[in-house]
Amino acid sequence: MSALTPAAPRNTPRNTPRNTRHRPTARNTGSRRRGKSRMDPTRNNTAAGVAAWILALLFAAPVLWMILTSFHSEVDAATNPPSLAADITLDAYQEFFGASSGVSPWPPPINSATASICSTVLVLVLAIPAAYALSIRPVKKWTDVMFFFLSTKMMPVVAAILPLFLFAKMAGALDNIWFLVLMYTSMNLPIAVWMMRSFLAEVPVEMLEASQIDGAGLLLTLRKIVAPVAMPGIAATALICFIFSWNELLLARVLTGVMAGTAPVFLTGFVSSQGLFLAKVCAAAVVISLPVLFAGFAAQDKLVQGLSLGAVK
Amino acid sequence: MTSATARVSRTGNSAAKPSKNAKSRERAMAWARRAPLLPALIFLIIVTQLPFVVSLFISFLNWNSLRPDQTGFAGFSNYIEVLTNADLRQAIFTTIVLTVSVVLASLVIGLGLALLLDKKFIGRGLARTLLIAPFLVVPVAAALVWKHALLNPTYGLINGILTWIWSLFGSDTPPQPDLLSQAPLMAVILSLVWQWTPFMMLILLAGLQSRPMDTVEAAQMDGASPWNIFTHLTLPHLRQYLELGGLLGAIYIVQNFDAVFTLTSGGLGTANLPYAVYQTFYFANEYGLASAAGVVVVIGTIIVATFALRTVFSLFKKEAAR
Repeated sequence: MSALTPAAPRNTPRNTPRNTRHRPTARNTGSRRRGKSRMDPTRNNTAAGVAAWILALLFAAPVLWMILTSFHSEVDAATNPPSLAADITLDAYQEFFGASSGVSPWPPPINSATASICSTVLVLVLAIPAAYALSIRPVKKWTDVMFFFLSTKMMPVVAAILPLFLFAKMAGALDNIWFLVLMYTSMNLPIAVWMMRSFLAEVPVEMLEASQIDGAGLLLTLRKIVAPVAMPGIAATALICFIFSWNELLLARVLTGVMAGTAPVFLTGFVSSQGLFLAKVCAAAVVISLPVLFAGFAAQDKLVQGLSLGAVK
Repeated sequence: MTSATARVSRTGNSAAKPSKNAKSRERAMAWARRAPLLPALIFLIIVTQLPFVVSLFISFLNWNSLRPDQTGFAGFSNYIEVLTNADLRQAIFTTIVLTVSVVLASLVIGLGLALLLDKKFIGRGLARTLLIAPFLVVPVAAALVWKHALLNPTYGLINGILTWIWSLFGSDTPPQPDLLSQAPLMAVILSLVWQWTPFMMLILLAGLQSRPMDTVEAAQMDGASPWNIFTHLTLPHLRQYLELGGLLGAIYIVQNFDAVFTLTSGGLGTANLPYAVYQTFYFANEYGLASAAGVVVVIGTIIVATFALRTVFSLFKKEAAR
């Protein structure tokens, strides 16, 4: 996040108008950003640090417990009180990958990957030109268009899911991953347009004008001036769209079945499990969450901007 | 931004004389500007708006796919059913309780965490990463872990820790609450608060770090207490971030399906509207009724969204005006 790295002047001073941004202020010249930490360097921060660490561990505990349990044997996983120091074993993972059942665990994650990656590519193909027409060479009433995009995101999926289900049934697209790709594209497109617009708005207009005066063609301008600024934004947008698609359950549950079931649909198979399955469920949860954890941490710096649709930087 | 690009186009146009030719060229240029926008716009209208219109239409029909011979126009009877049917009324109530409590609790905890993370301390980056982790677990996986590994009454972690603490004091009769069957809605709320607090924290942290520090420093010079600084400077500045976090969170949580589906399968009064709609059309095959319930969700969301749009718009205008 820009805000955590003080050396990012572009995003931090939101409340100062553009022309005063580089005026030397107390914030930009001071050696420390926080006035408070300068005045009261130790006491407050130690207490805050301890409190923050306790809360951080508390919040991460379910995730850490999930990971630890996935490395325990089924018997050790289901003890009361919990056996923290039980032997580490890969049994649950072997079980997840079909050691005893012989059932391949790959179709659901592959379906998820297909749906997430293809829809993300499609989203970018549609969103980047749209964002260009909303920021760099804006159409008239571009704000109205922006809010139309946003309003579609606010319509709950349940309001449209029945016609989509009926259409898929009629068209024979039920349990077809490509129909899900289209659904995820529409689900993420508004977010992507908003994000991409806020990233493209950072392209320096002066440089665009200069390149135009120098007679550079559109493609050259895009490659040399727009792309360097927009690339991190495109990457962050892609990662966030990927996460949302990978996580989605309702549409996948209704529109897919045995063939095209995604990873979250596969996980719902554990909802009413009985008996010794805790380590296996945790192993499955870990494996299926890994792509999202990686994507999320990779996009960490732009996560807020994406989740707030570009409203917060 | 806008004025600058307008300048570019004006210099481009000034060479052309005002003739019929120029007018048609201007129109062509306007379409050239619009062209990159159209694919996205058309795609979205077809995939989201069209189905909703169909939903609206079906909501006025008497249509159960198991009894196709009785299909016909139903007027408002589906809507009357949504508002009078005890289960669906309960679903509306559950949706409101769930959304309000999760949003408020995660906002308050998120604010506390953001205030802590705004300070410098050892390992701040790592603590922040740990705090984001709940948001980066697949929601179904998170709900499964809550259901089986944490809240299970016999071998869940929470009861396990209670047993362990009680045994430290020599007691072998620790309390073993069964949240999932005694207070299932509480269990859903708990897991969702856990999941959404990082989201609120990130937005509020960004808000805190965009505070103009010179006024805070000036207030400190003048001897203002930390509490006064918080209530008079920090909170007013955070207001729009609190609104944004709350409203975006509300929009997502109103639509929540994963947690309700996984933790309680909608049992014991935990079915919210999305789950009720899913059940009504997927299992009961009451297409007309499900559509009417879906339209009611949209109306509810529009009420929340109007406020959300206003907040997003005020932040957006500020940013666009830079």
